[in-house]
Amino acid sequence: MNSARPLPDSSKTLFQRLRAHRSARWALVVIALLVVAAIFGPMIMGSTGIEQLDIVGLKSAPPSWKYPFGTDQFSRNLLARVLAGARVSLAVATLAVLTSVTIGTGFGLVSGYVGGRADAAMMRLLDAFLSIPRVLLLIAVLSLWSPVRLPGLILLLGVTGWFGLSRLVRAETIAARRLDYVEAARALGVPDWRIMWRHLLPNVATPVIVSATLAVGNVIALEAGLAYLGIGARDPTPSWGAIFQNAIPYVAAGSWWMLLFPGLAIVITVLAFNVLGDALRDILDPRQLHGSTSAPPSVSILSGMETLKNG
Amino acid sequence: MAEPLLRVRDLRTYFYTENGVARAVDGVSFDIGAGETVGLVGESGCGKSVTALSLLRLIRPPGRIESGSEIQFDSKNLVTVDEGFMRSVRGARISMVFQEPMTALNPVFTIGDQIAEVVRVHHGGSKREAWDRAVQMLETVGIASPAQRAHEYPHQLSGGMRQRVVIAMALVMNPALVIADEPTTALDVTIQAQILELLRELQQKFGTSILLITHDLGVVAESASRVIVMYGGEIVEEAPVVELFATAHHPYTEGLLNAMPHVGQQRDRLATIPGSVPPPTAWPQGCRFHDRCSYAWDRCATEHPPLYQIGVGHVSRCHLAEEPERRVAVAERRSA
Repeated sequence: MNSARPLPDSSKTLFQRLRAHRSARWALVVIALLVVAAIFGPMIMGSTGIEQLDIVGLKSAPPSWKYPFGTDQFSRNLLARVLAGARVSLAVATLAVLTSVTIGTGFGLVSGYVGGRADAAMMRLLDAFLSIPRVLLLIAVLSLWSPVRLPGLILLLGVTGWFGLSRLVRAETIAARRLDYVEAARALGVPDWRIMWRHLLPNVATPVIVSATLAVGNVIALEAGLAYLGIGARDPTPSWGAIFQNAIPYVAAGSWWMLLFPGLAIVITVLAFNVLGDALRDILDPRQLHGSTSAPPSVSILSGMETLKNG
Repeated sequence: MAEPLLRVRDLRTYFYTENGVARAVDGVSFDIGAGETVGLVGESGCGKSVTALSLLRLIRPPGRIESGSEIQFDSKNLVTVDEGFMRSVRGARISMVFQEPMTALNPVFTIGDQIAEVVRVHHGGSKREAWDRAVQMLETVGIASPAQRAHEYPHQLSGGMRQRVVIAMALVMNPALVIADEPTTALDVTIQAQILELLRELQQKFGTSILLITHDLGVVAESASRVIVMYGGEIVEEAPVVELFATAHHPYTEGLLNAMPHVGQQRDRLATIPGSVPPPTAWPQGCRFHDRCSYAWDRCATEHPPLYQIGVGHVSRCHLAEEPERRVAVAERRSA
């Protein structure tokens, strides 16, 4: 079938192709700025936003030249807090996604490669996990395990976020397992773990990269939501969700800046990761666009649905 | 005859599918001597590839090698040894050359890396040593400037070159037996001849035995000393190559030979065997070939023929061995 879009040019590197993709370019710039701000912001500010500057004179001060984002009810500099929050939110999301990608990819690879009864058992287990609503599970665990520290939060978000990805990886593994060079490696005595690592992993990398990118945005939003419910990262730890949650009682009193800036940070970041994830899929996985040419439609539809579920 | 290198007895590989049990390989027995080339011939679906994969125990569920099957090699029964031992056999003692050189190599690694991987897996040793061995092997299979070529990726090589690389991977550990599954089918005719020549050279050099799986009797005539013909998951005829071409006994073998084009022969169309291989879930009663056979009579539909001895090292699974007059009668009727 003809399509307006040309197939990706394999002579270009991934980065070159991302730069040529209009929305991806913006998303990359935004994410790069966020990362730079998260790393260097607090250094330049000389503050992680915990100090109470002047509990009387600077209480709930509106944005000014000196304090562009204003201050909160404890006279803490909100710009410093949002920058420090970028550290926390990005780090929590990235590490949680790394955790879930590692578990999900490992589980999916093994399940798809081993096949047979072990695969069936592992998939039923996954079905069971998938039937538990993630947010409800997190609320239940976090309300028992409180206050949770950041490593605990990362772990929790990580171990509850790999189910959909794992299915996707399994499906790709089953397709890749039938490749001649995988069979050939088996016939030449290459051990299973080495086949999975060297010959199968590169084949499942595309969906993993795409859904990991989408998942970062998703986890940032999720973490903010948990903080909003008062069970995620907590004051004084400045995650964006925590800053946002802290601001709520004061908005009615007119302190709009307390809510606006952390809220904007969350929206912009989540948007950037979602846009980047979609762009990566356009670039890496042309099957999603050219459904009828290179892959059986069922595969494209399935992986599309899986990503929706995850994303 | 000395103890053969490989002795297969009553090999049965069944697949337990939703449509019933597919008896893909159903009681196959044969020997391969040291340094010998044996051709395994048959149509698609006759069980020859499953036989090959069974020898390396690469059958995946729902497939299974049935108990009672025997694959004697290095004085062990490969059907019952543990998986770890089997892995040490694969690639080192018995290895395999695959059909499609385009897809049998991983596109993301250099060819040197892929040959070295086999060395590292079986031999251990340093990366450097394995790499040197890979380069040496590339030279052995006739690749010019191997030290540079080793750094290239599969897509940079032609089909014939890739097949040489695949052969290098299979032979780098100097195995006793190489199973070559349609090694020349995907290649141009001129390249085919080169690859067969290479296999022959390497066999003489290393004394390797070869099980050559193919549907192309021309390839067999050129390379093998003995031919096994499979149909319906069983061996239907086995004979020394010259004898098979001169006096094929089984009607199926006859059909295969008639389906071959001959140089200088005036004929509008090639002969074909009517029908196709029945599904392995439902082999016909009696002789599995009877419904496609021009000689078949009532006995063929009811009585499953055993392997009849026809000559020295020549067996055939056809009742014509006991009633040869029927062949003559059919031939007369045809010419009339």
